[in-house]
Amino acid sequence: MPLNLFAMFIVLCAASLMVGAQSLAWYEIFSLSGDAWLILTVSRLPRLVTLVLAGVGLSVCGVILQHITRNKFVEPATSGGLDAAKLGILIALTMMPAIGAVGQMLFALVFCLASSLVFVAIVRRIQFSNTVLVPVIGLMYGGVLSAIAEFYAYHNNILQSMQGWLLGDFSKVIEGRYEIIYLIVPAVGLSYLYAHRFTVLGMGESMAASLGLSYAATAALGLILVAVTVSATVITVGAVPFIGLVIPSLVALRYGDNLGRTLPIIALSGASMLLICDIFGRLIMYPFEVPVGLTAGGIGGVLFLVLIFKGGR
Amino acid sequence: MISVNKLFKTYGKKTVVSDVGAHFPAHKLTSLIGPNGAGKTSLLMMIARLLEPTHGDIFLNGNSIFNIRPADYAKKVATLRQAPGFNLRLTVSELVAFGRFPYSRGVLTTEDYRVIDEAIEFLSLGTLRDAYLDEISGGQRQMAFLAMTIAQQTDCLLLDEPLNNLDIKHAVQIMSALRRLCDEQGRTVILVVHDLNFAANYSDHIVAMKEGRVHYSGSVENVVKKNCLQDLYELNFRIARSEQGYLCNYFKPSGELK
Repeated sequence: MPLNLFAMFIVLCAASLMVGAQSLAWYEIFSLSGDAWLILTVSRLPRLVTLVLAGVGLSVCGVILQHITRNKFVEPATSGGLDAAKLGILIALTMMPAIGAVGQMLFALVFCLASSLVFVAIVRRIQFSNTVLVPVIGLMYGGVLSAIAEFYAYHNNILQSMQGWLLGDFSKVIEGRYEIIYLIVPAVGLSYLYAHRFTVLGMGESMAASLGLSYAATAALGLILVAVTVSATVITVGAVPFIGLVIPSLVALRYGDNLGRTLPIIALSGASMLLICDIFGRLIMYPFEVPVGLTAGGIGGVLFLVLIFKGGR
Repeated sequence: MISVNKLFKTYGKKTVVSDVGAHFPAHKLTSLIGPNGAGKTSLLMMIARLLEPTHGDIFLNGNSIFNIRPADYAKKVATLRQAPGFNLRLTVSELVAFGRFPYSRGVLTTEDYRVIDEAIEFLSLGTLRDAYLDEISGGQRQMAFLAMTIAQQTDCLLLDEPLNNLDIKHAVQIMSALRRLCDEQGRTVILVVHDLNFAANYSDHIVAMKEGRVHYSGSVENVVKKNCLQDLYELNFRIARSEQGYLCNYFKPSGELK
């Protein structure tokens, strides 16, 4: 684990705790005065935990999907996974309004998993075609799912509230409303245990088979882990695009694709990137906030373009 | 030893492997030759268990390979295919380490490291250990993939056109390495190869296929013969044999050979 990356992560965590509409100074934290402590435990710490876990989860999800589809431009946002999760929440909201956050998450999970399975089936049929074609198909596929969701929302008069999950936003994260995000912890832990297997998946089906790895079972496990992470993230903070795409590619350029070694680096970089996007969003028109979905989309989108041009070199 | 009995592979109405029976002797290097579409790769992939036969059976030391668990089969038979879609950024030594996957499932032991070093040493890849696969030449890449297959420490190695797109120097390096695997380590090597001169000079045994069937099978002397090869490829051959080995000349059409 590179030390400077870890140091940057710690500094970003500290900065994230300090930034906010209510000013908070170091000495107030250490003196544990009532107000400062309240802000910290009710809002800032939950927000930090959510940011870190979402960043870790999304970047790990991205790299797993990339190994399963063998394409560097695939992540939940470019494979229909996010859109399917949103559709799932929408259907849960209208069909069973009383189901609660956990129930909604389960809907999102099932939809995300089903749509990932369909997407992987599509990608496997066109495996040897252009690498940029795969995310384009994913975006189209996501567009179709999104259109269904919007039509459905329009039909049920909840188009407005749907905007809430369209855009990742950490400002609504407070104590008591974010705990589902902890599901990312076991998902990421399992991913790390299976990191070598996911790397073997990335070598392709026949190479995996000749190394004695069951391709279907490992890919299915990967997709389940992705679905858990994506649905937990969408239900807590909404859709955060590009983290899962940009971070694994940047890390691969420097450290390679051996997940057994790079997964911790990817996780830490993902968390750092999301922290940067969030701090940026909180400062840009202080004391108001820009949702992180916008800043991550902006910063990530630019990096995505850079990577495409570098990749085409 | 691997033997194949009454093997068929059909896709709809198209039969790519038809009633194939063949023996691949242990501790020997066997080349599968024949024109394009002869079913060589299909046969090899069925032996590798990467392709399901329509009918027939394949035996490894007398046991049907379909009774062996895939995870155990990976410790007996290693397969190297061409990997055009391979886009992982791994270093040579990381790739070779994945050859130990059937044993270690990711957590490498000191024994694994020893085998990895041996495989790298065997192909003289020491200087490229830490180079990324996408930064070395095609020939070096192929050597790295072969090292991974060697590190799998299986009795039997199956290789699908390992010489494809290689310059003659790397092709000779790969073939001599395979020869040494048989002679020094007693491994069984089966490969699909298009270059007849490599097949004739480096193999012990040749299985020649055409249109899904085995046409000739036997030792090199018995297969690398003018009438056999002419029948196989429908070209005129002139075969010269000297102390340097075989030279199959098929480059000029009939009449122009002096």
